[in-house]
Amino acid sequence: MKPTLAEATHPSPDASALKEPQMTINEQTVAEPAKIAVRNLNFFYGKHQALHDNNIEILRNHVTAIIGPSGCGKSTHIRTYNRIHELYRDQRATGEIIMGGINILAPEVDVIDLRRRVGMIFQKPSPFPMSIYENVAYGLRINYKLKGSELAERVEQAIKQAALWEEVKDQLDEPGTALSGGQQQRLCIARMIAIEPEVLLMDEPASAIDPVGTAKLEELMLTLKENYTIVIVTHNMQQAARVSDYTAFFYEGRIVEFGKTKQVFTNPRMKQTEDYITGRFG
Amino acid sequence: MKLVVKSLKYRRLANRTVQVLSALSASVGLAMLLWILIVVFLRGFKAINLSFFTQLPMPPGMVGGGLANAIAGTLLITVLAALIGTPIGLMAGIYLAEFGKGRKLAAGIRFFTNIMIGVPSIIVGVFVYTLIVLPSKSFSTYAGAAALAIIMLPVVVRTTEDMLTMVPNSLREAGLSLGVPNWRVILGITFRAARSGLITGVLLAVARVSGETAPLLFTALNSPYWINSLHEPVANLTVTIFNYAMSPYADWKQQAWGASLLIMGGVLFLNIFARIAIKTKTRTR
Repeated sequence: MKPTLAEATHPSPDASALKEPQMTINEQTVAEPAKIAVRNLNFFYGKHQALHDNNIEILRNHVTAIIGPSGCGKSTHIRTYNRIHELYRDQRATGEIIMGGINILAPEVDVIDLRRRVGMIFQKPSPFPMSIYENVAYGLRINYKLKGSELAERVEQAIKQAALWEEVKDQLDEPGTALSGGQQQRLCIARMIAIEPEVLLMDEPASAIDPVGTAKLEELMLTLKENYTIVIVTHNMQQAARVSDYTAFFYEGRIVEFGKTKQVFTNPRMKQTEDYITGRFG
Repeated sequence: MKLVVKSLKYRRLANRTVQVLSALSASVGLAMLLWILIVVFLRGFKAINLSFFTQLPMPPGMVGGGLANAIAGTLLITVLAALIGTPIGLMAGIYLAEFGKGRKLAAGIRFFTNIMIGVPSIIVGVFVYTLIVLPSKSFSTYAGAAALAIIMLPVVVRTTEDMLTMVPNSLREAGLSLGVPNWRVILGITFRAARSGLITGVLLAVARVSGETAPLLFTALNSPYWINSLHEPVANLTVTIFNYAMSPYADWKQQAWGASLLIMGGVLFLNIFARIAIKTKTRTR
């Protein structure tokens, strides 16, 4: 199965077209600025190819959901957006991921700066082994020169933005690991948005969290998209339907379908998408 | 084919046999240890008094005297060894756990580290003797410290690697995703997460070398005097035990027991301290 979208829109990776991409999403033409444009992305774990010619455009200030059965390459796909896969020596990505006019997969790209701009939330909440305050202050201190009062203000602001302030304001000196799973995940979001990235990648952020925590997280995502571009990988189809504006369906390392969430869920064009959404497989 | 269930009686008997045999083996080890502890305590206790800690050794036949110089010497050698061995061991452990994954160099280092853990300490003593004592024409504190550091090194390297490997990758990824450079993720986050395990590893390594005798025989030797400079033989407890225990004098034998008790107590203390460090970790998690 070939990806339908990219072939129609981008027969050739033309530099001028990248700046003001005209996107065709299932025959509806929308003129919106793409934050990230992925071109022919292939991914390898050693010799095993996990992604095949992925093409997708992630739109600014929208939530894009990535759905698909386990092992279809959803996480692998977004882990290339901040090149976190390079932590592992046998993992390799080829193709292009265009952000701000440059291919961020190019070796000369400053990976540290890229990761500051493209933050990531993981399946398992991963608070650092330090206090709640320090968890948020850590990234700020490393990335920016800030005065003490300014730092405290930034930390408070970030925790408020992550809708966690009321719950932790009296225990900022306690270890971040003492919070509940849902609170830990929001702490990780606070920590991430404190350094003001442009893109938030979320890799199944709610899978280890109870329903109440999940509801808070989803609410938070809807407010965050005003300022950030969000990509969320999820197993939960209802969640994708609730929070996202666009949805991509992955199957066996290929993007089978990509379009407006409403359309993908109510009127999928591909048989495989329909089968997956209606629960016939996956 | 019909399966026949083994009788309950047989299974109970087999279970009981294994249980009894393993409990017996465990108690043999424990009994030996307790025996040593009790005898050393009973015999050594009599030698411990104020002058044992404050005075210099007396010639045989003269009453009194202590091992103050040997206590100070052992402390000095051990601290110096820890100062040399710990940073090198930690850095090597970082290399193995954080940078060397899947590299041939790392596999080689790991292999030789494992061998070094098993090398008899007297060989390390002779090695340092040829390397430092012979060229400098003198037994010395730093030669002793170097020998103990070499014995410490592989233990610290392996525990550091193990402790860092136990830190989940999600923590490293989370750090890197904030735009934190790799070296700062290692020192600021991974190290902190593994902190108590690392402290325990270093303490246990120190405890292990503080009781070494053979390598000191070839490097620090011994001395009846206070230490004057790092470049001369230095008094230390273990070689003192070795010398005094083989002497024909009752006073000296008595002091050898006292020194044994002191070293054993020190090692015991370090072990208990290390365990407390592990406990604190589980509490904050």
